[in-house]
Amino acid sequence: MIRIVVNSLSELGRRVIAGVGRLGRAALFLGRLAPSLGVSLTRFRLIIQQLYMTGVLTFVIILVSGAFVGMILALQGYNTLVRYDAQSSLGLLVALSLTRELGPVLAALLFAGRAGSALTAEIGLMKATEQLAGMEMMAVDPLTRVVAPRFWAGWMAVPLLAMIFSAIGILGAYVVAVGDLGLDGGVFWSQMQSGVSVTNDILGGLIKSVVFGFVVSWIAVFEGYDAHPTSEGVSRATTRTVVSSSLAILGLDFIMTAFMLRGL
Amino acid sequence: MDSDKSTDPLIVMRGVSFSRGTRTIFRDLNLTVARGSITAIMGGSGAGKSTLLGLIGGRLRPAQGTVEVAGLRVSDLPRKALFALRQRMGMMFQSNALLTDLSVYENVAFPMREHTRLSDALIRHLVLMKLELVGLRGARDLYPAELSGGMARRVALARAIALDPMMVMYDEPFTGLDPISMGVIVKLIRELNDALSMTSIIVTHDVAEACTIADYIYLLGNGRVVAEGTPQDIQKTESPEVRQFMAGLPDGPVAFHYPAAEYISDLQQGEALR
Repeated sequence: MIRIVVNSLSELGRRVIAGVGRLGRAALFLGRLAPSLGVSLTRFRLIIQQLYMTGVLTFVIILVSGAFVGMILALQGYNTLVRYDAQSSLGLLVALSLTRELGPVLAALLFAGRAGSALTAEIGLMKATEQLAGMEMMAVDPLTRVVAPRFWAGWMAVPLLAMIFSAIGILGAYVVAVGDLGLDGGVFWSQMQSGVSVTNDILGGLIKSVVFGFVVSWIAVFEGYDAHPTSEGVSRATTRTVVSSSLAILGLDFIMTAFMLRGL
Repeated sequence: MDSDKSTDPLIVMRGVSFSRGTRTIFRDLNLTVARGSITAIMGGSGAGKSTLLGLIGGRLRPAQGTVEVAGLRVSDLPRKALFALRQRMGMMFQSNALLTDLSVYENVAFPMREHTRLSDALIRHLVLMKLELVGLRGARDLYPAELSGGMARRVALARAIALDPMMVMYDEPFTGLDPISMGVIVKLIRELNDALSMTSIIVTHDVAEACTIADYIYLLGNGRVVAEGTPQDIQKTESPEVRQFMAGLPDGPVAFHYPAAEYISDLQQGEALR
């Protein structure tokens, strides 16, 4: 019995130490990447290419999910608000939920699943097939040529996608609220206009999505670059990207929300 | 050849030791490559042939000893100088290492676009010239996934010479090729070496090809140079290690069996489990 407890404790310790070690490696990687991030800004064409690969290709899933989330919010919100005869606030409820929470969080989660995993797999496979080593031997730094443009593109894509997600969600809610539930369109928009603050709500959400974009892109490129150069290694790295990104997004969201609501 | 070697070596490795973890790959390795020659580095699997190219290209650093290329100590070079030196080195990987998201044309153009400010028109000229040399001008729009093994290797060769390097390193250039492609690659390596006045280093375990193409051969084993000389010298060597390798004998100084406990007692241990 004691033995089982000791073993599971030591296993737990091993995992925690391994996790902390990984975090350290990821931080060192970011340090090594930092100079390349500056250099790669001078070749903006590469970033645009990656912005297409990561951002535009995630666009459809963001549009569809955003519309559905907005429509569901309208249905659920109406159902509750109508009990207090407060259904005129539906537009405000939907807009606040989306811009402050759901837009940044869901867009980042979808991005991690769709584009973050692809980034990891791509970089990992380039490593496994010696493409990164080949670049190094051609005197081209893979961090500058391959990793940095992808990092920038991911970082830029998430806030843009989050804003699009929120906008589409609000439109979806409008369609349901006005088209199906019979709410007045003018009331829907005017409540939203008077109740949503640009600095608190929209900017707060934007700050969140910028942080999420940074973290998801960092995890994705690190996992790819650090992957074991085998098919199993790449598949594990891809899974780790999605799992770690999702946990990081939710954890950071809690911390940032706490700070934003209570003030620093 | 010997006099050539002493007067004008391009690559000099002195007393090089290198280990991976607990496994010693090289112990006090000495090796020189003459300018303008084709030198074959031979040895069994796991003799550290590819590691040797890593040391010459500065991707790996020796634990002891020095590696000099064109008079520069590779292991001591700061990153910028190392990258400048690498622009004068071509390398053909065993896996070809072609960039899979770029076409054949863009793969060959890649080093030019990264390191020169040549106009697109001039780059087009140069790329087509390199592709013509390897006979693949017509395949310029294909992607690496659409190429056969032999074609991919020829593209890798065209890319390795894109910047007209002083030397090219070939990692197992003959592995996995059909006889025709093999003949093409052998011919190309020889012709390019002579036409472009390059120095070539070929890492291989193909005895026949190495003997036809190389000016000088190093045979590696147990982390050291086991034998060296011209192909004729090597073939005449009486040393059992060399004979085993050159004739492809399954057993000899390099044992067929991985070290293990004595056979009968190993089997008897199974009896005890009954």
